[in-house]
Amino acid sequence: MKVLVAVKRVIDYNVKVRVKPDNTGVDLANVKMAMNPFCEIAVEEAVRLKEKGVANEIVVVSIGPKASQEQIRTALALGADRGIHIETDEEVQSLEAAKLLKAVVEKEEPKLVILGKQSIDSDNNQTGQMLAALTGMGQGTFASEVVVDGEKVNVTREVDGGLMTLSLNLPAVVTTDLRLNEPRYASLPNIMKAKKKPLDTMSPADLGVEIAPRLTTLKVEAPAGRQAGVKVADVAELVDKLKNEAKVI
Amino acid sequence: MSILVIAEHDNSSLKQATLSVVAAAKAIGGDIDVLVAGENCGAVAEAAAKADSVAKVLVADNAAYGHFLGENLAELVAELGKGYSHILAAAGTTGKDFMPRVAALLDVAQVSDIIRVESEDTFVRPIYAGNAIATVKAADSIKVVTVRPTGFDPVAAEGGSASVEQVDVVKDAGLSSFVSEQKAESDRPDLASADIVISGGRGMQNGDNFKMLEQVADLLGAGIGASRAAVDAGFVPNDMQVGQTGKIVAPQLYIAVGISGAIQHLAGMSDSKVIVAINKDEEAPIFQVADYGLVADLFEAVPQLEEELKKVL
Repeated sequence: MKVLVAVKRVIDYNVKVRVKPDNTGVDLANVKMAMNPFCEIAVEEAVRLKEKGVANEIVVVSIGPKASQEQIRTALALGADRGIHIETDEEVQSLEAAKLLKAVVEKEEPKLVILGKQSIDSDNNQTGQMLAALTGMGQGTFASEVVVDGEKVNVTREVDGGLMTLSLNLPAVVTTDLRLNEPRYASLPNIMKAKKKPLDTMSPADLGVEIAPRLTTLKVEAPAGRQAGVKVADVAELVDKLKNEAKVI
Repeated sequence: MSILVIAEHDNSSLKQATLSVVAAAKAIGGDIDVLVAGENCGAVAEAAAKADSVAKVLVADNAAYGHFLGENLAELVAELGKGYSHILAAAGTTGKDFMPRVAALLDVAQVSDIIRVESEDTFVRPIYAGNAIATVKAADSIKVVTVRPTGFDPVAAEGGSASVEQVDVVKDAGLSSFVSEQKAESDRPDLASADIVISGGRGMQNGDNFKMLEQVADLLGAGIGASRAAVDAGFVPNDMQVGQTGKIVAPQLYIAVGISGAIQHLAGMSDSKVIVAINKDEEAPIFQVADYGLVADLFEAVPQLEEELKKVL
């Protein structure tokens, strides 16, 4: 079966985020960018499905500026077969991203679409569910295990009370949680090979989707910082402070 | 304006998070209805009817909603929600699952995880793991919003007298079915609403050592959490994870034991009123946010803490 994986270019998760002085956003100039960590998990899961013989083709798609091709190449180096880049310099919000991905799904007709549960920049946690709604597919969100079984997929989900397993009809959308797998690193030969793998570029207009953001960010501020407090000498002093100074016990 | 709040519950009791969502609805202003969708969830509906500021409780009681499957809930909420200006739910794993699906079915944007209401269409939410706070204005005629419960003080659970109405809309999308669940059974307070939380990190070394934290938690009536490192290492189950992608907590007292304080962990607990850090590495970033820091070996400090607490409690 064919698996479609969506990946997003975001600020590297190790980079210290700084808000721009004019409060229009976060400073991304000369900042290291990388594949969103949850998307790496999505790519890894697809590659493992292929290694198990469950999947036979992995198509990776990314929406964003020209530089997003770096993240597509990374996914190709990890084992994806073919890339699709939907190129735009505009801000693409979750609903538009889902509409663009829906257009790709209609063209590619994958049996399984795997996305990260959220991107670490906007922290929205929306696109996978929206794509599932627009395509009329079932959704297995926050997955910690994915088992394809004939025309169904069993997805174990990380939920507030523990774990929950669902059975979904294929085709279906899965969004990844942290413990689904541990992504591998790309080897140098595979990075070289990835450069020769096919990568199609198209625009949102090619897919018949108009980018019309519904949400406007009015301002972005740094959070109110917490001041470091005091060091206590021992446990007795700690308990005394909690009882008599902070009055929380 | 009229606001539809989707109750979070387990078919037997109403989760406190719902009362925080009602508080967010109050901050928006307008009539507030609460939808209780589930199976054999009459007790939840009764509880919701007693909550402060609720005008009407809608009950959709059907097997299709028993396991809160996102596909079915979304179709129900999208249909009932058409008559409202706002649809709100708690940003727990249930709300995060079905609400974006509702938004897409209605062809509107969703505003995720708000911590403050500025006006009927403008909301404040953390981005970049809480390293930046965005103020966002929504242009759609129906605002679909998930609410971070720790951002809003819950309304009173008692004192209201809303009417209760049965809704006989049954939506079974037929796309998914429930197979099984592994629920963490615990008599301890729910992590998300506990007044005191004690969390362990990689420094705990193994799952057995979390028993030390349990003893302290029993004395304090505290919930127990963990850092991602402790969950990834298999010390404790995933539902205990506090952080950017785990649970967001803001208790009166948060005690971090053997947690270095990665930014992703801080995103889940830095709104706590008082933070205590116990760590043997005095350079650990957790000390930069802690009100009280104790540089000590946790294997000595935690048993001592238990003894000292026994003296004063």
